[in-house]
Amino acid sequence: MKEGLTLTVNGQPYELYIKPKTLLVEVLRDHLGLTGAKRGCNSSSCGACTVILNGMAVKSCSVLALQADGGEVLTVEGLAVGNKLHPLQEAFLDHGAFQCGFCTAGMLMSSKALLDENPDPTREQIKEGIDGNICRCTGYNSIIRALTDVVNGEYKEAK
Amino acid sequence: MSKYSVIGTRVRRVDGPEKVTGSAEYTFDIVLPGMLYGKILRSPHPHARILSIDTSQAEKLVGVKAVITGKDTLGRKQGIWRRFPELCDEEILCREKVRYIGDPVAAVAAIDEDTAEEALDLIEVEYEPLPAVFDPMEAIKEDAPQVHDGVELNINVNRHIEWGDVDEAFKQCDYIREDQFKCSSQAHVCMETHDAVASFGYDGKLTIWTSTQSSYYIQALAADMLGLREGDIRVIKPPTGGGFGSKFELDSAQFCAALLSMKLCKPVKIVLSREEEFTATKRRTPMYYFLKLGARKDGTMLAKEVRVLTEGGAYTSMGATALYLTGFFSSFPYKYPNYRFDGYRAYTNTAPTSAMRGFGAPQSTFVGESQIDMMAEDLGIDPIEIRRINGMTPDYEVPGQAHIQSCGLHQCLNKIDEHIKERGKLPPNHGIGVSAYGFMSGGIFNWFDTPYAFSAAIVRINIDGKVDLFTGACDIGQGSDTTLSMICAEELGVHLDDIRIHAADTGICPADLGAWGSRETLMNGNAVKMAAADAKRQLLEFAAAKMGPNIVYDFDIKDQWIHLADRPERGISYFDIVKEAIRGKDGEAIIGRGHYTPHRKGMISPAYSFGVQAVEVAVDTETGRYKLVNVTTAHESGTVINPVGIEGQLEGAIMMAGGYGFCEDQPMDEGKILNPSIADYKLIRSLDMPETKILEVETYEPEGPFGAKEAGEGLTNPTAGAIGNAVYKAVGVRINDLPITPEKVFRALREKEQQGK
Repeated sequence: MKEGLTLTVNGQPYELYIKPKTLLVEVLRDHLGLTGAKRGCNSSSCGACTVILNGMAVKSCSVLALQADGGEVLTVEGLAVGNKLHPLQEAFLDHGAFQCGFCTAGMLMSSKALLDENPDPTREQIKEGIDGNICRCTGYNSIIRALTDVVNGEYKEAK
Repeated sequence: MSKYSVIGTRVRRVDGPEKVTGSAEYTFDIVLPGMLYGKILRSPHPHARILSIDTSQAEKLVGVKAVITGKDTLGRKQGIWRRFPELCDEEILCREKVRYIGDPVAAVAAIDEDTAEEALDLIEVEYEPLPAVFDPMEAIKEDAPQVHDGVELNINVNRHIEWGDVDEAFKQCDYIREDQFKCSSQAHVCMETHDAVASFGYDGKLTIWTSTQSSYYIQALAADMLGLREGDIRVIKPPTGGGFGSKFELDSAQFCAALLSMKLCKPVKIVLSREEEFTATKRRTPMYYFLKLGARKDGTMLAKEVRVLTEGGAYTSMGATALYLTGFFSSFPYKYPNYRFDGYRAYTNTAPTSAMRGFGAPQSTFVGESQIDMMAEDLGIDPIEIRRINGMTPDYEVPGQAHIQSCGLHQCLNKIDEHIKERGKLPPNHGIGVSAYGFMSGGIFNWFDTPYAFSAAIVRINIDGKVDLFTGACDIGQGSDTTLSMICAEELGVHLDDIRIHAADTGICPADLGAWGSRETLMNGNAVKMAAADAKRQLLEFAAAKMGPNIVYDFDIKDQWIHLADRPERGISYFDIVKEAIRGKDGEAIIGRGHYTPHRKGMISPAYSFGVQAVEVAVDTETGRYKLVNVTTAHESGTVINPVGIEGQLEGAIMMAGGYGFCEDQPMDEGKILNPSIADYKLIRSLDMPETKILEVETYEPEGPFGAKEAGEGLTNPTAGAIGNAVYKAVGVRINDLPITPEKVFRALREKEQQGK
């Protein structure tokens, strides 16, 4: 039996008809074609599927889509404004804060949620903010440098 | 000012924009029209005979399109050591016997993953469990169960390396140490698990999109296993979510997806689950190490004898290379006048062990660097000093094995010495341990038996001056697409954004061995540089004809400006010459070709990188818990092509190699891996990550493109050894088996306390 789901993703409202067991990550990837968020473990351990739901970073592999009914979701595809990248994306590019890129969407969304909540985090708070996201390539320090530069105003928000 | 305009500059990755916006399409993301989803049934037994497989119920399930077992294969055994048929021992879909928990026995294609999963439960396999063996020490006993029939004492391969007169040299030593160590396994934990989309058409052609380190190897191995010609298979590597050594052999996802697709003439996608990734893909080779080291009182090491037994797991895989390399790198980075290595790899009923970043060298460096510190202490010599006395120098010949040209080891030792002195007196229970290392820039031995050049590249200059670069190099995250584009732009004298790279697609790129053994910067770099030089030469011929200078002048291109090398102001735009040259060639684009195969460079590699790392730890003596405080590395990799790339390699290696020393492990019970999830497999997360510092040391490698050599795997070699030495410096306990967990430190501290009473 399918049920109705209303969801706003990256500012765009959607009405969907889904099986109740469908996960949020499945709606995003398989129904809406937003494949930026990845599935690295399906057990909310790796963070590759992180998106922002109603202002909070969540692991979308561990949220039923129906739990998000009526909610607002921001994914990595919604970070850039038109053809202007988000400051976090610019900083990730400059610092080489990704390599294989498979964790990057999740890492960016955890970073965004962190800075939305606390625009001036300490280094330790930055480390805590991304501790739920595994990156097997970079060793995290380039990500921390990228975030630090954004915090220090090195990158201006696109309008 | 640098003589280079592109290389050595801080650039954004060429694949950066698609990766930070989520638009990069990985194999994991591919959906094709009519695509089916596959799942693989795996053995629950470590060792068993397959008596029967009944797939009839699974086939009846609505939505199931095909079920395959070993009977649907050609019955061939495959292996990446193709030159040695006896080492090709893996069927992938087992016909008669399973040899580890996770060995594939059947696969299903269905309309969705849930249906495929459900169908697996309906396949009835009747097994006759057989006695199994898990530890290589047990496997080599006379009465041990046979993992493969006819393999005496389960010895899969052995390797012997020797030079000098080891026995005689030990007689001349003032001091000899004998020590034993045990190196654990490690999982690659690529963020993208092994996956493949295979599409076989009614035209008899197969396309495989897959997360791989070598599209050429997959093409060649799949052709053999499927009974197709290489040319009928096109392997495309989309952006790939990590490899670290786990993705350059034909795997179960690729093979089963291809076979299912051939049965159905429909695309089939298989993505391994995280649990399958932990239990049924390859892993780092565990090793038992027995070392004997002899020195004179002054610290000169005269002889080293190394005996190693490795846990092979069920199949050969790349384990034979890991065995050889651990033997060779056990002599690194020192000048032993007398050296002997005897290594054995034993088959066991455990998940096969193979290549992982560092490829045998993290193991040899952990044991070797632990022992040399022990030796230094016994002799009363400073750890840096004993490494200075024995360390390799430029133009050193490793007898019968290798010629080392560039080597900056001593500069690295000096930098680390300064760093330790600057750090001064440490707080209580802090310690700094050092570890010296080296690594190869790509392997020479042609076990794959390829008739092709090891690397090749094609450069095509189009009418608008844009350059298409074709290479079989595989960017798995390490950044080879960027590094090779930089080399191409530098050699051609154009800008980085003039280059568009097309890589790792066997349909359009020249054959290439791919990303393993830290080979791409040097080997692909040389091929790309040669191809760019070939294209450049063709442009310069036109420039010379057009400008008509005195014939004694040479031409060059810099910053899109073709000019007299000695008089840069006399020149002409690159774009103008390109247009005219193409017109002059009857409209044919300018095409340059390059290839590289090392010749007369010894047994191992054309070049070696070196470095020294210092790790500072802080130990809590109550609990044994310790923290990695700082990791400082002096590394030399010849000319730095891509500085952002090297920083990433270095810091990333610390996460992975620190994990090997600190927390990563795969405990087993009767062949079953007990922690096959990211929640249970402990790895270094951002909160555990130490401060990292890089101390630059400049060298120039004559064999490398613009003087460059490897900077990928070598960096994973030193950390475990440095951690062990640091813990010893901090609290006086020596842990000889990896990983150095708080529990082991705690127990050793209590034991030391007891002895002190």
